[in-house]
Amino acid sequence: MTKSTPAKIIYMDHSATTPTHPDVVKEMLPYFTEHFGNPSSLYRIARESKFAVSKARKQVADVLGCTPDEIFFTAGGTESDNWAIKGTAFANKDRGNHIITTKIEHHAVLHTCEYLEKEGFEVTYLPVNEYGIVDPDVLIKSITDRTILISVMMANNEIGTIQPIKEIGEIAREKNIYFHTDAVQAIGNLEIDVHEMNIDMLSLSAHKFYGPKGTGALYIRKGINIGSFIHGGSQENGHRAGTENLPGIIGLGYAIERATQNISEHNEKISSMRDRLLDGIIETIPDVHLNGHPKQRLSNNINISVRGTDGEALLLMLDMKGVCVSTGSACSSGEESASHVLSAISVPPALARGSVRLTLGNENTKEDIDYVLDVLPPIVSRLRALSPVNNYSQ
Amino acid sequence: MFGFLLIMPKVRHYNNQKYRVNTDMYNETVMEHFSNPKNAGEMKDADAVGEMESPECGDTTKIYLKIENDIITDIKFQTLGCAAAIASTSMATDMVIGKTLTEAWELTNNEVVNALGGLPEKKIHCSLLAEDALHAAINQYRKKQGLKPW
Repeated sequence: MTKSTPAKIIYMDHSATTPTHPDVVKEMLPYFTEHFGNPSSLYRIARESKFAVSKARKQVADVLGCTPDEIFFTAGGTESDNWAIKGTAFANKDRGNHIITTKIEHHAVLHTCEYLEKEGFEVTYLPVNEYGIVDPDVLIKSITDRTILISVMMANNEIGTIQPIKEIGEIAREKNIYFHTDAVQAIGNLEIDVHEMNIDMLSLSAHKFYGPKGTGALYIRKGINIGSFIHGGSQENGHRAGTENLPGIIGLGYAIERATQNISEHNEKISSMRDRLLDGIIETIPDVHLNGHPKQRLSNNINISVRGTDGEALLLMLDMKGVCVSTGSACSSGEESASHVLSAISVPPALARGSVRLTLGNENTKEDIDYVLDVLPPIVSRLRALSPVNNYSQ
Repeated sequence: MFGFLLIMPKVRHYNNQKYRVNTDMYNETVMEHFSNPKNAGEMKDADAVGEMESPECGDTTKIYLKIENDIITDIKFQTLGCAAAIASTSMATDMVIGKTLTEAWELTNNEVVNALGGLPEKKIHCSLLAEDALHAAINQYRKKQGLKPW
């Protein structure tokens, strides 16, 4: 690989992570050195730190439409999901032991629910339709008088499908059941108002919107009965102990403000590039299938199955050309079969194995799109020629 | 899900053997055989063909042999699969060309993995495909010759 390192890296895996924006880094830097004070201390430099954390908390609250004391900083999306689900499950055990989620959640939610099943909880994993969308009627039918929590992601990380969150929130509110949503992929792409959408808890992660890794937040509506997740000091109002990740929190606050300033303009720009890329791929490569909903999806997401290829092979050959993408194929994923999301939307194994995800971001250009449209077709032709299974006359 | 954690397959005989294992990434030899595979392609006038699909992940490999006086004089392969499957088949075909059928039969996936300088542990099962497809091809040839399959 080192022999032929491509001149330029074209990063198209923004759902995995984003580069921290230089302006965000600039905001963070003084909090490593100059303003290093522990927000829990009492002297002036510590008060500065405390003030900066409060400012970041307000920045997050303003984006979600809640009050700052409903925002709790965590170490990322996975911790937020764990806290929301385990915290409410254990605290509300006397009310019931039933949790409803979906088959296409991130593993941070799915594996937490599987853990709770071992602890005596019952979990319903809702099916989704061929586009990956939850049917609110099916949700209603699965609710019992023992249901204490519903957790449905706002937008899917693999196929970008956007769920009818407001409708689900209404159902939960009406039935007096807590509603948590994993909004890790949604921040900066969807307008969010936790009151209008009836959301009780919401997870987010800074590195998905050009903030730093290792920092996230959980919104917890006032009055929700939830236990503390990490015990120790009195940080985060006693609910999440441990000295604050000060630079990370500053970065998160600044990044979320930056990323949500003009969501519709952002979506317009990104989706027009995305559509050109997708149309180009479908025009030049035969037998390519789009996974997920054609319209009700994140503006930056392409998830395609290229019949007669293997996702990992596609990924590695694109990498040799400097293009970074992801795959949901079985052999690269850590699963016994292909991605649980592709299985849930009934993508046949022969297609799921050739799946790749391209997720665009702010730094992608029209030239990047042209470049990918240039390099991808010959890679597919090569892999198909190497395959014994299909006969494509290329 | 979209990470690079790889599965530990529930497979048979290789667990008792010692392999050179690269813990996470493909090494340069593997990447070279993946990006420029040796003996890749179809062979129209093959004397024997063996095809094998992996029960673990659905990878498929087809091996074509040209045989003269019990010696493999030419070999081609096609693989639908990951880099490990392609690279190990490429390496295996390169190792048996010019060999007698007996010698080729005795080539193990362990030797192929070692010749590649190792594979990530959870990709070892991908190297079984080449061995199995080669065995299938050799046995097809033996049957054609009226011999008992090995």
